[in-house]
Amino acid sequence: MTDWPILSTVTFLPLVGVLLLLLTREEGTYGRRNILNVSLFTTTFTFVVSLFIWIGFDNSNPGFQMVEKHAWLGTGISYHLGVDGISMLFVILTTFLMPFCVLASWDSVGKRLKEYMIAFLLLEVVMVGVFVSLDIVLFYVFFEATLIPMFVIIGVWGGKDRVYASYKFFLYTLTGSVLMMLAVMAMYWQTGTTDITELLKYGFPGGMQTWLWLACFAAFSVKMPMWPVHTWLPDAHVQAPTAGSVILAGVMLKLGGYGFVRFSLAMFPLASDYFAPFVFTLSVLAIIYTSLVAMMQDDIKKLIAYSSVAHMGYVTMGIFAANVQGLQGALFQMLSHGIVSGALFLCVGVVYDRLHTREIAAYGGLVNNMPKYAVAFMVFTMANVGLPGTSGFVGEFLTIIGVFRVNTWVALFAATGVILSASYALWLYRRVIFGALEKESLKGLLDLSAREKVILYPLVALTIFYGFYPAPIFDATAASVDQLVNNYSAALQAAKDLALNVH
Amino acid sequence: MTAEILSLSLQLSMPEIILAVGALALLMIGVFSGDKSTPTVTGLAVALLLVAGLWLIFMPGEGEAYGGAFMLDPFARFMKVLALMGSIVAMVMSVGRAQSDQLDRFEFPVLLVLSTLGMMLLISANDLIALYLGLELMSLALYVIAAFNRDSIRSTEAGLKYFVLGALSSGMMLYGMSLVYGFTGNTGFDEIAGILSSEPRHMGLIFGMVFILAGACFKISAVPFHMWTPDVYEGAPTPVTAFFAAGPKVAAMAILVRIVSEAFLPILTDWRQIIVFVSIASMLLGSFAAIGQRNIKRLMAYSSIGHMGYALVGLAAGSETGVSGVVLYMTIYMVMTLGTFACIMAMRRKEGGNVENVDDLAGLSSTKPFMAIVLTALMFSMAGIPPLAGFFAKYFVFVAAIEAKLYALSIIGVLSSVVGAYYYLRIVKLMWFDEAQGEFARISGELRLVFGLSGLFVTAYVLFGGPIGIAANAAAKSFF
Repeated sequence: MTDWPILSTVTFLPLVGVLLLLLTREEGTYGRRNILNVSLFTTTFTFVVSLFIWIGFDNSNPGFQMVEKHAWLGTGISYHLGVDGISMLFVILTTFLMPFCVLASWDSVGKRLKEYMIAFLLLEVVMVGVFVSLDIVLFYVFFEATLIPMFVIIGVWGGKDRVYASYKFFLYTLTGSVLMMLAVMAMYWQTGTTDITELLKYGFPGGMQTWLWLACFAAFSVKMPMWPVHTWLPDAHVQAPTAGSVILAGVMLKLGGYGFVRFSLAMFPLASDYFAPFVFTLSVLAIIYTSLVAMMQDDIKKLIAYSSVAHMGYVTMGIFAANVQGLQGALFQMLSHGIVSGALFLCVGVVYDRLHTREIAAYGGLVNNMPKYAVAFMVFTMANVGLPGTSGFVGEFLTIIGVFRVNTWVALFAATGVILSASYALWLYRRVIFGALEKESLKGLLDLSAREKVILYPLVALTIFYGFYPAPIFDATAASVDQLVNNYSAALQAAKDLALNVH
Repeated sequence: MTAEILSLSLQLSMPEIILAVGALALLMIGVFSGDKSTPTVTGLAVALLLVAGLWLIFMPGEGEAYGGAFMLDPFARFMKVLALMGSIVAMVMSVGRAQSDQLDRFEFPVLLVLSTLGMMLLISANDLIALYLGLELMSLALYVIAAFNRDSIRSTEAGLKYFVLGALSSGMMLYGMSLVYGFTGNTGFDEIAGILSSEPRHMGLIFGMVFILAGACFKISAVPFHMWTPDVYEGAPTPVTAFFAAGPKVAAMAILVRIVSEAFLPILTDWRQIIVFVSIASMLLGSFAAIGQRNIKRLMAYSSIGHMGYALVGLAAGSETGVSGVVLYMTIYMVMTLGTFACIMAMRRKEGGNVENVDDLAGLSSTKPFMAIVLTALMFSMAGIPPLAGFFAKYFVFVAAIEAKLYALSIIGVLSSVVGAYYYLRIVKLMWFDEAQGEFARISGELRLVFGLSGLFVTAYVLFGGPIGIAANAAAKSFF
């Protein structure tokens, strides 16, 4: 490996795009075209550079790689970056989705295009920053900083109730996060360091773990979001512009899952074990309840938003099953959901751009004049259901296996979620795509344009590819996950031995 | 007092002497050449404050002066520079508004300099009597400038209200001092600390301490001594409000820190409960009461009450990290406040003059994008959202509170910061989500400079804030 700081490069590369955008003018057709080109080029280039992280990544090394460390602010906090098998693919996912967001906003963003793109590029910086930080304060800074651009994106370019949705999004997530800030401080005072690599080695005392776990849980469960603190998500999704929904579902929800794996599970194994039944209960409730709610929605985006909550239920369940299958499945599910739900929102965006409504009732029979669209939408619907052969299946299957090893009942109830998800997703598909093309407003709709093909086809290919051949992802995550699971069981065993010795 | 000690004392207090002599000279210039000399006097006053500040920064020498009544330590040096910066910026900002707010009289800069002199004496006070003298010099000048626009009913009302309540609090403080003196037999902070650590404390002394703390809390506008703040902030001319929000707060916080961590450090458990209560009450009131405000100056008043609550979180820890957190908090708070007031002063319609309603900011992002971006950064920073400076201010005070095991205080604090975020978001929402109703007039260069620098500070702190943090740590070492 060279000494080139590739993680910093990928993280801050979009800032170059921001700088260029600040220098361009928005007026006129050329101005608009310029802004779009600069943004597309920046995000694509960032994605290409980020691929070098994957290329240079050593699958057999369970520790952190490509580490960079510098003193920061002179107070013990360090600018410390690095990736391991758990975080690396999330970086790629983030940079991968960004060009699609730019493409999805090509025609649909009418006002203030420049600010819009700047907000997205800043969002990319902080999201990548979350996944690569190895200092807990740095992590928190990036984690919280995601709120500012997202608040503005929902609030300025959102739908009718955008103000309400943006406030709800901001205040909900902030409430959870500030409690985590206290946990961060308590960890700092306990250990004297904010370095994640050090904290992972430090065994927190049992009683303290409980409180720290709860504080972190407050932050990550809201971000994830878990039932019953999920209510901000449907509002935010429905009101956000298409690209905003893609990023929300594709990446921001994963911040919560990533936090659970990195902090809750790895640093507080005793508390994680103690609270696992609690998490399972919430997860199963989320899977069943939000699937039922999803079935009753009239708004396409709201339906997909609720289905996201249900799918995140599998993720939390898999994570706290705390075995290799559960954890691998959860990570895979998050990556797959990032692609699939992002793609579903892009599909909604395609018809929304034509008809400017998200009411399910306004559609029907689209297969007659939009066959290509119908095929793409079908693939993603099937992936959402978890049909074998799509990437959605692998994650769901593994998380259920993982949890089956721990608790059969939880697995049983979670498996009913698969059936429920089939019913709401297929019903949605039937109502939108099948049937006779009767509505006058729909008759003039054109099939996918070249731009939309460029957006949807690669995602279709990836969904199917990873459904059949998930190995590249498992190869990358395996070593780190093994290490995490081993440390986890060792910590539990040590606590058990200690308890035996005392008695 | 030998000549040697006297010359050392003079040297240590040189910035104060510069200001005192300079203020008298400016008064002479003003009296003899009338109101037409106002621009000259203002310019010279800024120069005086600059010279005093540069002297503080570059001339070495620390220690006690005047028989222990005056103390120049790293803490005093840091806070004095801060107070001077606040005064300089406030004075520069007042220039553009002087005409419309009737501040264009030569007494105005002279009074500002005298008030600043009071702040500096207050920060350096190491003795109850010196404390009182500094406090009164600062406050008397403030009472007058609050009512400076004498044709405006609101301004005179603000001045009168501030004077009556301020006199009451000074009286309480003086009473407390007499009790403390009565039970310890000393007025010097070091001597009081010595007696408190060697003898069991007497109930009467606690009474005295409570009264002294009440007086100091009045000056920093902490709950329950905050009643004057919204009215005075709203009534006083905006440049005066900006001045109130910066220097005097810094000075009063400095003396509060000094008196509890020097004189009363041996009875930490006694004053901690007072500070914890005041802090919680200020944070809660600051967040909840600001929600309903329509006038942006009133809103800033409640916001400053809340901020004082957060700064006190660090003080409640009663440790070196805590004091360092307070120092850092006051620094960042002052920069944010001055930047915000520069934006408020820029709220001037082409026809109809100055406006003060929060709703007048609607659609600012399309009419004045630069100002909107800066104000957005300032609002997010005040709400404590990373990566802006306000987050780091909060971070370091809460770290100290967690260290001191003040968990309840910390949890209430961070949750009230979420409530506080709501009204800061409202301003952001108005600027970005709503349609513009009218345009503001051209913004004068000095205001643009002030809010530009302030915006730069809050955004760049994440990169270059290290030295400020290190200086704050060094300042906090003065006590522990």
